Amino acid sequence: MTLTRSLSGSAHRRRRGAGRQSRAGVAFVATYVLLLIAFGILPTGYAVYFAFTDAGGTFTGFSNFVTTARDFRFMDAVGHVAVYLVFWLVSLVVFVVGLALLLHRVASGTVSKALRFFYYIPGALAGAASVLVWLFMLDPTVSPVSSLLGTLGFDTFGEVVAPGNLALLFAIIAFWTGAGGWIVVMYGALNNIPKDVMEAAHIDGAGAWQTAWHVQIPMLRKWIVYMVILAFAGGAQLFVEPQLLALASVGVAGRDYSLNQLTYDFAFQMNNINGAAAVSVELLVVSVSAAALFVARSGFFDAD
Amino acid sequence: MPVNKPSFSQERVLNRRRPALLAGCAAMVVLTVAGCGSGGGTGTTAKDGFTQVPQKDGALTVWVDATRLEAAKLYQKLHPDVKLDIVTYDGNANGSNYLQTKVQLFNRTGKGWPDVVFSSQNNEVTWAVDAGFAAPLNKGLIPEATLGQFANGANDVCTVNGTLYCLRNDLSQVVLWYNAPLMKKFGYTVPTTWEEYQRLGEKVAKEHPAYLVGDAGDSFTPEIYLWASKCGANDITGPKAVSVNTTSEACTKMAKLMDVLIKNKSMSISGVFSTDFAKAKADKVLLMPGPAWYGGAVFKSTLKTPAQQIAAAPIPQWKGDTAPSTGNVGGGTWLLSQHSAHIKAATDFLKWVTTDNAYQGEKAPGFPAHAPAAENWLKAQGSSGYFAGDLGALKDASSQVWPGWGSGQFSQEAIWAATVKPGMTQGKTIASLLPAWQDTIVKYAESNGYKVSQ
Repeated sequence: MTLTRSLSGSAHRRRRGAGRQSRAGVAFVATYVLLLIAFGILPTGYAVYFAFTDAGGTFTGFSNFVTTARDFRFMDAVGHVAVYLVFWLVSLVVFVVGLALLLHRVASGTVSKALRFFYYIPGALAGAASVLVWLFMLDPTVSPVSSLLGTLGFDTFGEVVAPGNLALLFAIIAFWTGAGGWIVVMYGALNNIPKDVMEAAHIDGAGAWQTAWHVQIPMLRKWIVYMVILAFAGGAQLFVEPQLLALASVGVAGRDYSLNQLTYDFAFQMNNINGAAAVSVELLVVSVSAAALFVARSGFFDAD
Repeated sequence: MPVNKPSFSQERVLNRRRPALLAGCAAMVVLTVAGCGSGGGTGTTAKDGFTQVPQKDGALTVWVDATRLEAAKLYQKLHPDVKLDIVTYDGNANGSNYLQTKVQLFNRTGKGWPDVVFSSQNNEVTWAVDAGFAAPLNKGLIPEATLGQFANGANDVCTVNGTLYCLRNDLSQVVLWYNAPLMKKFGYTVPTTWEEYQRLGEKVAKEHPAYLVGDAGDSFTPEIYLWASKCGANDITGPKAVSVNTTSEACTKMAKLMDVLIKNKSMSISGVFSTDFAKAKADKVLLMPGPAWYGGAVFKSTLKTPAQQIAAAPIPQWKGDTAPSTGNVGGGTWLLSQHSAHIKAATDFLKWVTTDNAYQGEKAPGFPAHAPAAENWLKAQGSSGYFAGDLGALKDASSQVWPGWGSGQFSQEAIWAATVKPGMTQGKTIASLLPAWQDTIVKYAESNGYKVSQ
């Protein structure tokens, strides 16, 4: 949206700078394409090759997929990731959109700036570091909110990380680390809704709720879809949170929890790189299909 | 196949006179590395029971964990003429698989292997031999006389089909640690049978609540109690075969004993390294069955128990048992790389670090696997003045580890932690969790390619 607007704004300058601009465009895209090929396409192709061959390089059809799917941890991991994705995507959509709308309504510049900064801070921590912060938060003996954990009936770390709680815990951690950036993005998108549309809604007597529901959220639709696609792909690759939790809890919780951990186990513990590649190809197929579905249903690439 | 790769590429660099042949070889490398290598004469020699790459001068790369860094540094100090490149890593602690991960990547790239590496795990040979990484040590590298000096059975975990692939750093035989002044104050005697141990636990729960006779909250808990009780949960019967039976009497009677003591809270379930334990229970330890390294790593460093309190006694036995048996928790191993281009220097280092009194006999934090060094170590511990009484119980226990519990490729500690521990936290009894434990061991063993008999 931002892109199209700024382009049309600069239309009259285009003739003179067209040649230079298109060269710059090609240069930018070329760099990206090179990186995409080197770090995206080639590794993917390599993984696909591995997934359909054995250790000696002979074509094996789907046997790697069958072997890995028969592993006793596979279906559990699929279930874990599915439940986690539901928690994570629902909370992301509801709270990010809600908080962004709230932020947009806060008129005062200082408060709004402070809140934006505040939302963004957790996202500035690197993934692993923020998980470690949460490991402290969740251990009643060292947690600053241990009284809250106590009220909820958790007295030891072992009780907090009981198997049933994990999906929710990982969703909370992921939300805390990842949502801030999206709130800021949504806020930017809300600012891009034309003033006249908002004024028209106001004159027609729409209140805050009605404006949000009938005007703002529909106009945010593409951004929400974009967020969901990226969050889905990221969430399906859940790895750092359970892996660190497994280390912190000395294996009590989080080992072999997600599909990506399973690929890691296949590749490095069971010396089955081909099986690992098969699972990662499955993850790719699922993520790409989900993205395709969202794109098709939402008209993501339709022109405004 | 990856074994021959580096030597072949060296050949390619050295032999510039025959570019045509080399181009042919280079093309063939994609198809058959081994075939080309043998035809061209790569400079590798079969010696000491494996194919050695051409030996070169250069720095010896040694991987150690933070604790063993001291050993490598001491070696450097005593051997200033040896060029040593010391790399610290996590030592594969808690089954992190770092070493295995790295070696498999090195196998793919054909370079980068460390010459000598320390691991805190004792199951490395289950993968390191198949991966072509660990070099055989009893085929010429280490003399039989030296190997004979290791404690009985210490190097069993390093042996595959009669060939030795690693050297044991320390033994981790389980003994009964106790707080001597506290026992005296309460008027208790150290139990010698498990029956007495249980009675004492029940007494402590009544007379001195909050004091502990043990802890059952660690991932290695089964290796302390159930191994000592001769529970056949992990009997590795062949390179890829395991026998699993967690519901035999040996297992259930120990599980029931623990359940009684956990219920009356004289046995905690937090784990000796948990923040919870250090904070609330550090000064409440009356008795504590645990491995040799508990003395230094748990009491001295983690719980900060003052000197002249902790002593070691033999682990209790079941009434009527004739031969004493105990468990074992880990104990590190040293591996030498087959790909090393400095085998002589690497062997010297390996021999020094596992047997020399300068490190093992004086400075090592754990009970040395090398018997003469262990003698010296016990003396050094005695004169350090930390322990109340001598540590003779450790020496006796070093040859009493029950051999029916092996070291497989799958981590028993990880299985216990993920299967039994959460149930215990929810208040289930260990006895009720034994069948689920067996079920998970079987699944993990099978998924690692083991043939399982139950």
